[in-house]
Amino acid sequence: MTRRWSPAWLFTASALLLGGSILLALGWGSVAIPWGAIPSLFRQWVSGAPLSPPAMVLWEIRLPRILLAGLIGGVLAVVGASLQALLRNALADPYVLGVSSGAALGAVVGGLISHSLHEANLVLFLWAFGGSLLTLFILYRIASVHGLLPVQTLLLAGVVINAIFSALVLFAVAMVEPSRLFGLLSWLMGSIGSADYRIVGLLFVYSLAGLLFLIGKAEQLNLLTLGDESAQSLGVEPERLKRLVFVVTALLTGAVVSLSGMIGFIGMMVPHALRLLVGPDHRVLLPAAAVVGAAFLILADLLARSLLAPTELPVGVITALLGGPFFLVLLWQRRQGAIVSE
Amino acid sequence: MSVNELMEQTRAGYQLENVGFRYPGRTEWAVRELTLAITPGDVVGIIGPNGSGKSTLLKLLAGLLRPQQGAVQLDGRLLGHYTIRALAQRVAVVPQSVQFVFPFTVREIVGMGRLPHRAARSDWWRGWRPERPADRGAVQDALSGMELEPVADRSILELSGGERQKVLLARSLAQQPSILLLDEPTAALDWHHQSVVYRRARALNQEQGVTVVLVSHDLNLAALFARRLVLLDRGRVRRVGTPDEVLTQAELDALYAQAVVVDRHPSADAPRVTLRP
Repeated sequence: MTRRWSPAWLFTASALLLGGSILLALGWGSVAIPWGAIPSLFRQWVSGAPLSPPAMVLWEIRLPRILLAGLIGGVLAVVGASLQALLRNALADPYVLGVSSGAALGAVVGGLISHSLHEANLVLFLWAFGGSLLTLFILYRIASVHGLLPVQTLLLAGVVINAIFSALVLFAVAMVEPSRLFGLLSWLMGSIGSADYRIVGLLFVYSLAGLLFLIGKAEQLNLLTLGDESAQSLGVEPERLKRLVFVVTALLTGAVVSLSGMIGFIGMMVPHALRLLVGPDHRVLLPAAAVVGAAFLILADLLARSLLAPTELPVGVITALLGGPFFLVLLWQRRQGAIVSE
Repeated sequence: MSVNELMEQTRAGYQLENVGFRYPGRTEWAVRELTLAITPGDVVGIIGPNGSGKSTLLKLLAGLLRPQQGAVQLDGRLLGHYTIRALAQRVAVVPQSVQFVFPFTVREIVGMGRLPHRAARSDWWRGWRPERPADRGAVQDALSGMELEPVADRSILELSGGERQKVLLARSLAQQPSILLLDEPTAALDWHHQSVVYRRARALNQEQGVTVVLVSHDLNLAALFARRLVLLDRGRVRRVGTPDEVLTQAELDALYAQAVVVDRHPSADAPRVTLRP
């Protein structure tokens, strides 16, 4: 018998997890702020009075960064889950397909041209967006056979494109003056830098639209995991759905990569873990992945900025170190389960 | 001509006229110059040697493939003029097998058969419409009809091949189609599971008048199950008729290039084909 968490319990638990992560990340940092002081500092912020230094740290530095991390984590987890359904492979994510490195290459080239590397701005976003769209176009031209997208060809093309684009990124990095190298490398390895509310607000609207689109397609994604012919004989146009989901995930990836570089493992791990808890129905899985992915990256970013404080680690390092072993354990447990049930 | 016969003629079922289909990149036609009528309420077996176009024909009937030549009509309308969803409300396909990758429960998979029936103008939020009692009832009937209630809440990945095939047929039952297309659905199943699948398909035909089209390479199974057989040979129809008319010694010897014995089934009114050693 498959035991699963009920959706109500799941969303209560993940909302608590997200709320807890935000509170934890608010209070924790190089400037210690007792949690008891947060309400009064909040009133100070809302009242519009001049901010005291702790309030400044809390509301002008920490909160936007926490919100940005949450948005990026949620987007990555949902994009991963959607691509896994699209490719019928629990290991797929934007990195495997090369969409992330395409976006990164775009951002690096854009940064070199505009001399504004690792600062979140519209120029970088547009370049990263262009990079992920270009990757998408190349992938599609290479992998599509008579209008169809066979999964193996697609994955293989993704791996090769990833290798080429990563090499090009390193090529571009070699041309950067040494003083800017550290910032660039840290961005490439995935880091949530400074954030402001304007960017957070824009990303929120942008990713909410993308997430709602994907969540709206949830049941059709369920059918797609049974294969193109099953989907089609149950009234879903597989190729059209794939194209739409592909474009939307590339758009989301482009935005996220331009802001935070290449943060790995969330798109692969969060949906995988959630599937073990709540099953594979995307109507539950996608919203849950958004919330849990957000909590996960907030906590990972908290670790990244406090482990070696005052030095900051790239959060991509943390997600890989946390996500990798966790993923292996899940895989191992699932294998045990599979052997027992056979 | 009785009123019933007249109605049956106007409902028309499938009409295939001079249909040709070639897979992309191939020079040979998988199906060519194929003309065939399938009347509503019939049970038709499509048989023939490997590569004779059986599965291609079934996919053309399902609308999964579009013919490059000729026309496939369903109830007097070109198949291509149906929306993909309207087609899914009428025609259900039970494939040879499905590769499951995610641990959906049996109930969830059977429930997917209801998707074409959930009403919505746009397909955007269709999956989000609440299940109606009719949906739940159809899923429950399909589960009990295929004796799947004991495993309804188990993951499909834990089930054997035979049980998975029963789940796929149950999904088609939940779809409440007027036409059921079976593509070698029991090729990998033992006799018990075969018999469960065919008894259910037959009952559907007799009780609800569902048209059933079966593709099989197993001549005896087709002879027992179908009222009419369509014998294919290199993409063309070689013979159409009752099992007795189609499964003759001369026909089979020539087509399969293999000497066979055709005699009577000991307990059923059907021909029986065995290999001559």
